[in-house]
Amino acid sequence: MPEFLTAAEHRTLAAACDRLIPPVDGHPGAAALGVADYVDGLLGAFTVDPPRIWAGGPFSGRAGGDPGFRRFLPLTPMEELAWRTRIEGSQGDPAREFNGPVVGWQARYRAGLAALGADFAEQDPDEQDRRLAADPEFRSLCYEHACEGAYAAPEYGGNRAGGGWRAIGFPGDSQPRGYTEAEVSGRA
Amino acid sequence: MRDFDAIVVGTGPGGATAAQVLAEAGRSVCMLEKGANHLLALDAPYGPLGHVSNDELKFTRRHFLGPDPLLEPRTFRGDESGGDHEFVGDVNNLPSTVGGGGFHADGKLPRFREEDFCARSTLGPVDGADVVDWPFGYAELEPFYTEAERLVGVAGDHTANPFAAWRSGPYPMPPGPDMFCATLTTAAAERLGYHPYRAPTGVNSVEYDGRPACNNCGFCADFGCPIEAKGDPVGMLRAALRTGRTEIRPGVRVTEIVLDATGRRARGVRYVDAAGEPGEVHAETVVVAAGAFETPRLLARSGVGNPDVVGRYLMYHLQTLVLGLFPFRLHAYKGRSVTHLMDDPIVPDAAALAAAHQAGLPYARGGIVEHGGAGLPILEALHLPPGEAHSRAMLESVMRDRMAAFTMQGEDLPQAGNRIDDDPRVRDAWGRPAGRVTYTPHRHDVVAATHWAPRLEAVMREAGAHTTFWVTSPTLRENLRPGADPTPRSRHIMGTARMGTDPRTSVCDPGQRCWDVENVVVTDSSVFPTSTGYGPTLTIVATALRAARLVVG
Repeated sequence: MPEFLTAAEHRTLAAACDRLIPPVDGHPGAAALGVADYVDGLLGAFTVDPPRIWAGGPFSGRAGGDPGFRRFLPLTPMEELAWRTRIEGSQGDPAREFNGPVVGWQARYRAGLAALGADFAEQDPDEQDRRLAADPEFRSLCYEHACEGAYAAPEYGGNRAGGGWRAIGFPGDSQPRGYTEAEVSGRA
Repeated sequence: MRDFDAIVVGTGPGGATAAQVLAEAGRSVCMLEKGANHLLALDAPYGPLGHVSNDELKFTRRHFLGPDPLLEPRTFRGDESGGDHEFVGDVNNLPSTVGGGGFHADGKLPRFREEDFCARSTLGPVDGADVVDWPFGYAELEPFYTEAERLVGVAGDHTANPFAAWRSGPYPMPPGPDMFCATLTTAAAERLGYHPYRAPTGVNSVEYDGRPACNNCGFCADFGCPIEAKGDPVGMLRAALRTGRTEIRPGVRVTEIVLDATGRRARGVRYVDAAGEPGEVHAETVVVAAGAFETPRLLARSGVGNPDVVGRYLMYHLQTLVLGLFPFRLHAYKGRSVTHLMDDPIVPDAAALAAAHQAGLPYARGGIVEHGGAGLPILEALHLPPGEAHSRAMLESVMRDRMAAFTMQGEDLPQAGNRIDDDPRVRDAWGRPAGRVTYTPHRHDVVAATHWAPRLEAVMREAGAHTTFWVTSPTLRENLRPGADPTPRSRHIMGTARMGTDPRTSVCDPGQRCWDVENVVVTDSSVFPTSTGYGPTLTIVATALRAARLVVG
């Protein structure tokens, strides 16, 4: 279940990101990689405590050790101020407006996805591209987050089952195993 | 009233080193750090906190180590013609966290050369720059370099670099394994007559100081080390804590150095703590090691330091990035980010001198050339256009897995007009003015970059690259597109409280004490009179050792 997005918004976002990072032979698209889940996890970061901002450590468990990435780290009050401002916007709060008002990602996604249209996911790719091109700033925001969601550690909600890394031949986090001298210095 | 023998502002390499020396000499030390603590437990046995990880998102996209540019924006302009500023955001953000700039560095730790300490008297003046000699020479610093290499734990081969300064002994550890891409580029460089060598690196090649050998995880530059194979500055901080006489207070922002009635001595510092509460702490000595960006701002706010000089002579390195694309994968995601250096551009050959003379300069010195590889997946993805081209390019991984990189850390000559001050309009989340950079590289730096870039491209082609190109950071003004980032991305920041032998032209005396308030001691790269073409960290540690020893007597 989405945390911030509605089911309809989630569907639109998945379709939009699939145009930015489309599936090609051997590389899954953003939708299959769970990029919309990643964005939803970010927009709803403060629905969990500690918030879903900084994954823990030192290891994920993928290369041995305990799965510490799952234990997100708490923020200091000022760090929380920064991340809430980024996500929720300044909303008239003077503490968040020391350099003027900030429109948060939640509001930008809500408006941007509405502008793409409730029927966006049913459109053909050309029409989808046309609608995305109408708002370059929103398209850039989606693309930045799609790049993160496709290739960040899966604990953040995207890169489903490491599929983004697998496609590009990247092993991901390697601690605590690391690499042997032969793996570092050799050709392969 | 005195709460501690010494206050240390900042917990990066300079502050950590000073704290260790002071605490081991029996002094009580209070370290104030504006950032959070992700490095080590502050209770015995001071073990790792487990926050550090191989996580590209956390470290490179989510400001984990701070400063968060939303809370602490900084501004930039090339010169006064840029108005109040041309850019607002992340300007040279070294980590603001317990461990400071040592936290994220990949630990390349070369020494400077003898001639770097006396560039003015051996190489002569340069128009438009204030090149000066350091107030002490290499011979005086050599024992402190040796001690710094032992404290941090440096792995290297003392026979490998023909341009290296003399040294009194070998490195504490042998060098670690060569990255595959560096084996190609160093062999090519040698074929073309250059002198690459295994980089002295503050990363354990064997178990050292109770910390394990590096396991080549690949998340080195821009990351902390999850297994503590990197010694800077966890080694010094832990040593300081183990004396039982050091307290580290994270989240404490020092706002002012408090002077006594004479204005000639510091009584302590005023601060705002993590809860936003103001406070004051008093000590006999105030060590300022807030980094070359924040140190001059703290001095200026407090009325400490020669006001004609504080904040001026800001230097970076003019970084020249030479990139080569290879027809096969280089897997530079394994290993320590950079495993080799070469110093050839630091010692001008006939061609470099001719280029300098043609430009009307007495000389042109570049900097160390780092032999490394390319980045991680999110970074590559963000450099690609969206659409099918994205997915196909990611499959090929041209910029991530088939690209080798040279970074030349070109010497940046000191100029009085390059400086740090307060922005008149932009504020931080604490209501204080944002720091502002005014900076344009000297013509010397540009001549060295444009001379060496095509020669380094030739090395890349010799190594097997089918395509090469180069860029600089900062982007040269004539190449800057509207809206592009004009800031230097270098995290090597120096010179903003220069030391010297004349109080009229320097901020600190040869012992790194402020001329006008001599119990304020600066132990970061602010005191560097020149930038040299080498990474600054080992010299920060060595000079901090020397300065702190002068304090304890």
